[in-house]
Amino acid sequence: MKQAKQNNTKRLVTRLLFTVVGMFGFGFAMVPLYDVICDITGLNGKTGDQVVSVQPKENAQQSDRQITVQFLAQNAAGMDWEFSANDAQVKVQPGEVKVVSYHAANPNSYAMVGQAIPSVAPNEAAQYLKKLECFCFQEQPLEAGETVDMGIRFFIDESIPEHITKLTLSYSLFDITKSSSSATAVTQR
Amino acid sequence: MLPKAKLWLALTIAALTSMLSTSLQAAWDLNMPQGVTQISRETYDLHMQILWWCVAIGVVVFGVMLWSIINHRKSKGAVPATFHESTKVEIVWTVIPFIILILMAIPATRVLTEAYDASESELDIQITGYQWRWEYRYLRDDMNEEEVSFFSNMSTSREEINNQLPKQETYLLDVDNPLVIPINKKVRFLLTSNDVIHAWWVPDFAVKKDAIPGFINEMWTIVEEPGVYRGQCAELCGIDHGFMPIVVHALPQDEYDAWYAGQQEQAAAARAAANNTITMDDALAQGEEIYNRTCVACHQAGGTGLAPAFPALAGSSVVTGDLTDNIDLILNGVPGTAMAAYNRMLSPVELASIVTYIRNSFGNSTGDLVQPADVNALLQEAQ
Amino acid sequence: MSAAHDDHHHGPAKGISRWLFTTNHKDIGSLYLWFSFAMFLLGGTFAMVIRAELFQPGLQLVDPNFFNQMTTMHGLIMVFGAVMPAFVGLANWMIPMMIGAPDMALPRMNNWSFWILPFAFAMLSSTLLMESGAPNFGWTFYAPLSTTYAPSSVTFFIFAVHIMGASSIMGAINIIATVLNMRAPGMTLMKMPLFVWTWLITAYLLIAVMPVLAGVVTMMLFDIHFGTSFFNAAGGGDPVLFQHVFWFFGHPEVYIMILPAFGVVSAIIPTFARKRLFGYDSMVYATASIAFLSFIVWAHHMFTVGMPIAGELFFMYATMLIAVPTGVKVFNWVATMFRGSMTFETPMLFAIAFVVLFTMGGFTGLMLAITPADFQYHDTYFVVAHFHYVLVPGAVFSIMAAAYYWLPKWTGYMYDERLGKLHFWLSFIGVNVLFFPQHFLGLAGMPRRIPDYALQFADFNWISSIGGFLFGASQLILLFVVIKCIKGGKKATDQVWEGAQGLEWTVASPAPYHTFATPPDPKLIHDQ
Ligand SMILES: [Cu+2]
Repeated sequence: MKQAKQNNTKRLVTRLLFTVVGMFGFGFAMVPLYDVICDITGLNGKTGDQVVSVQPKENAQQSDRQITVQFLAQNAAGMDWEFSANDAQVKVQPGEVKVVSYHAANPNSYAMVGQAIPSVAPNEAAQYLKKLECFCFQEQPLEAGETVDMGIRFFIDESIPEHITKLTLSYSLFDITKSSSSATAVTQR
Repeated sequence: MLPKAKLWLALTIAALTSMLSTSLQAAWDLNMPQGVTQISRETYDLHMQILWWCVAIGVVVFGVMLWSIINHRKSKGAVPATFHESTKVEIVWTVIPFIILILMAIPATRVLTEAYDASESELDIQITGYQWRWEYRYLRDDMNEEEVSFFSNMSTSREEINNQLPKQETYLLDVDNPLVIPINKKVRFLLTSNDVIHAWWVPDFAVKKDAIPGFINEMWTIVEEPGVYRGQCAELCGIDHGFMPIVVHALPQDEYDAWYAGQQEQAAAARAAANNTITMDDALAQGEEIYNRTCVACHQAGGTGLAPAFPALAGSSVVTGDLTDNIDLILNGVPGTAMAAYNRMLSPVELASIVTYIRNSFGNSTGDLVQPADVNALLQEAQ
Repeated sequence: MSAAHDDHHHGPAKGISRWLFTTNHKDIGSLYLWFSFAMFLLGGTFAMVIRAELFQPGLQLVDPNFFNQMTTMHGLIMVFGAVMPAFVGLANWMIPMMIGAPDMALPRMNNWSFWILPFAFAMLSSTLLMESGAPNFGWTFYAPLSTTYAPSSVTFFIFAVHIMGASSIMGAINIIATVLNMRAPGMTLMKMPLFVWTWLITAYLLIAVMPVLAGVVTMMLFDIHFGTSFFNAAGGGDPVLFQHVFWFFGHPEVYIMILPAFGVVSAIIPTFARKRLFGYDSMVYATASIAFLSFIVWAHHMFTVGMPIAGELFFMYATMLIAVPTGVKVFNWVATMFRGSMTFETPMLFAIAFVVLFTMGGFTGLMLAITPADFQYHDTYFVVAHFHYVLVPGAVFSIMAAAYYWLPKWTGYMYDERLGKLHFWLSFIGVNVLFFPQHFLGLAGMPRRIPDYALQFADFNWISSIGGFLFGASQLILLFVVIKCIKGGKKATDQVWEGAQGLEWTVASPAPYHTFATPPDPKLIHDQ
C-alpha cells in the first residue's frame, strides 16, 4: 500500500516535470508559432523578409482599381544616416509590378552597417504586398560618406480586399554595425 | 454637539478646504470625457451602458446579500435553512448573465468596427515616439513639396515640477509645438517609435494606440469642434514617461491651411538660413532660449548636470574641448544614454546657437562662435 | 513502517535548525506565511513611497527614476513575494489537514521550495543598492524597455524570477501530488473542501505558466547578453511578441492569485452562516472553467498594440465570458448566506468584504473587456483601481480572513476579536479611500506609472494617498494581533467556530506537530 502510493507519486511527479519542461519549450515555440500566425494573418504588419516565390499572374485582369502605396522612412535610435523614400507615394493596379527606391547616406567618417525593417499599415494589408526584391532582404553596409539608392520591386496581390484603397509601407533603419557579419567586411574593404 | 467635537469638525473642514484650494481648477471629474468625435461619444455611451448594467446587477446581488445580513443573523434568532443546491437556479444564473453579455457585445462590436476603419483619410500624419518627446510629420503627396515636420516637447519648466515656481493651469500638459489638424477631416495617424514602446492618447478623441519600434500602427479621428485637446503618453517608456504630453490644436480648414503654409515657409526659410551668418549676441540669446527649453531638464540650470546620469557642462572636457567633436556629439547623441541626437530635432541655426551658448556660459569661455554653415558642413560631411 | 517514518513521532527540533531543515508541512507553512508577511510590509513600504510622492503635484520626495523602481519593485514583491507565498503557506498548513494526510507528499522538496525564496528576494531587493538602480521597467517588464534600455541590474532580476519560478513549480508539484495521492480513505475528490479544489486547479495553472515566464525571461537574457533578437526589431524580432508570451503567463497568473482566495471564502462563509455551501459542484466546475478560460484571454491586456480586428473581437468575447463562471461563484456565496444564521467575527467580515469588493473589481474587469472602451481605460488609473480591487480587498483580504479563521487552530488561542475587528474596519475604510478615487482619476485621463500629474488630478490623489497611509498603518495591527495570539489568550476549542466543518477542526488546537499519522475515521468525512 505505502509502496504503491510512493510509486504513484513518483510517476505523477515525473509526468508533472515533463509538463514543466514541455511548457518551457512551449514558451519558445511561441516564437516561430507567432511568426507563422503573423504570416498568415498579417497580425503585426510585418512583411516577409524573403523574396516571394509567387509571381504576378501574366495576364492579370486589368481592373481600374488603383491602390495608393505610401512610403515612409525613419531612423531608429542611434542611427544617424540620412534615410528617405525617393517617392512619397505611387498608385498601382493590383498585379502590376512597380519599382521604387529609397535613398541612404552615411555621413560619418567611419563605415557602418544598416538594416531596414519593413512594416505595413493597415496590418491586414501586409500579406497582399509581395516584394520581389527589397533592400531590406540584406544588410546595408555603407562606407564613410557613401551614398546609395536602394530599390524595391513589388506588386499588390489581386486578392487584396476591396476596402483597402491605401496602404503604407514603412521602413525603420537600425544600426547593426556591432552585431553584423558584414561589419568586418566593411572595415576590410 | 460637544465643544471638543465642534473644534474637530471645524479643523477638519478647514484642512479640507485648504487642500481643495490647492488645485487651480475645480476638478472633481468623475467620468470619462464625452469628447469631440463621433467615436469618442459612442465610446462614452458604451462605457455608460456597461456601467449601468454593472450597477443594476450590483444592486440586485448586494441587495440580497444585505437583506440576508440584516435578517438572517444568529442574534436575531435565525435558524439556518438546509438547502444547498439547485440545478435549476444554477442554470438560471448562468443563462441570464450570458444573455446580458450578448447585449453588451453587440454595441461593442459595432463601435470597434467603426473605430478600426481608417480608410479614405484626407490627411495622413506620421507620429514617432522618442524618449521623451513626439515627432509629427505631415505626409506629402509629392516629395518636391516642402515638408512640415517637427518635434513636440513638454514646455512645463523644471522649476514648476520641482516646486520652485507656481504651477500653471496646464502644468505638465503643455508643449512647445502642438500638433495642428483641421476639423471635420478624417485624419489618419501612422504611429511608430524611435526607441521603446510609447502610446499616443488623446482622451477627447478616444484614440489610443501603441507606438512600437520597427512597426507601424494606424488610427484615425475626425474632430468636430475647434479647440485645444490634451493627452499624455500612456505606456511606461522610461524615466520621463510622465513628461511627454500631447497637445492638439484643431482648427477650421482655412486657419489650418494658413498655418500649414506658414510652416512650409518657415521650413524653407530655415533651410535658407543655414547659409546665413549669425552674430555672437544672437547666438547667445537664442542658445539660452533653446537650452532652457531642451537641455535644462538633464544638464540643469547653470550647467551643473545631475550625477551620475547627466554630466555637467560647466568645465566639461567636451564643451571646452575640440569644437568639431562637441558639435558632433550634439548632432549624433551618445548611444545608450539619455543624450539624444539633435541633428533632426534642431535646425542648423539652432544647433549653431546652442553650441555657441554652452561653450560661452557656466564659466566656460572658449570664445567660439559657431556658424550654421559649420554645422551644415558636418551634417553633410558625406556629400 | 520504514525507519524514516519513525522520526515523525518526534516533536520539532530546537533552535534555528528546526526551521532550516524542517520537512514538516506546518513549519513550512508558517515559514511561508511569515515570509509573505515580511514581503507584504516591504512591498507596502514601496507603495507608501509611491503614494507619498503622489500626495501632491510636483516632485517632492523621489526622482522619476526611483519612482519607476518603486512601482516595479512594489508590483514584483507583492505578486511574487506576498500574495503567492501566502497562499502556498496556507496550502502547506491546511491541505494535509483538510484531506487527512500526515504531511505533504514530498516533504524534502517542500523545504527547498521555501528556502530558495529568501535568496530570490534578497537578490531582487539588492538591486536597489546597485549603482544602476533596481529594475525600473514596471512589473510587466515590456521589451525593449526591459532589454535594450534596461539598467544592468536586469540580469539579477532575471535570475530572481527564475528562482521564484522554480519555487512555485516545486510547490505546485507538491500540492498536486499531495492532493491526488495522499487523501485519507473516503476522501473522494468531490468531498474535498473547496480550498483544496481551488488549490489543485491553481497548482495546474502554475505548472502550465510558470515555465512560460521562465522562458520569456530567458529570452530576455539571451537578447541582452548573447545577441539574439527575440524582441528586437533590428534583428527581425518583435517587441509585441514579448507581450504575447508574457501575458500568456500573466493572465493565468492573475487567477493563480485569486482561485485559492475563492477557496478560502468558500470555507469561511458556510462556517459563519452555519449553513452548507450552496452549489458545491457548480463551484468546482466554475473554478475549472475560469482556469480554462484564463488561457485564451491574454491579449485583452494588449488591445492597443494594433491587433487585427478579428483578434480584438476574439479576446473581447472570451474575456467577457469569464464573467459567467465568476458570477456563478458570487451568486453561490450569496445563496449560502441567504437564510443562514450568521455571526460576524473578523474572518466573516473579511470574507463579506471580499465578496463585495472583489465583485466590484469584477465589474470593472468586465468594463475593461469591452475593447473600444478599453482604448480609453487602458494604462490609466482605472486599470490600477481595477486590479487593486481584485488583488487587495480580493486576494489580500482573503488571506487575512484565512489567517484569522485558522489562527486559533495554529496557535491554540483565540485572537483578540476587538483588535481583529478594528483591523478589519480600518483596512476596509482605508482600502476604499485608497482605490475608489482611482477609478475617477483613470476616467478623467490620468495615465498609470507617472511620478507627477496635471493639476486636475490633484484632489483625488491626495484622498487616495490618505487612504493608502491609513491602510498601510492598519496592517501593523494585524502583526500585533498575530503576535499576541501566539503568546496566549483564551484557549481555543478543537472546533473553534460553532459552524466549522471539516477534518482540520477534528484535531486538537493547537494542531499537534504531526496530524493524521493514521488516517481519520471515514465517518468524519462529510459531504460538501
Ligand atoms: Cu512615452
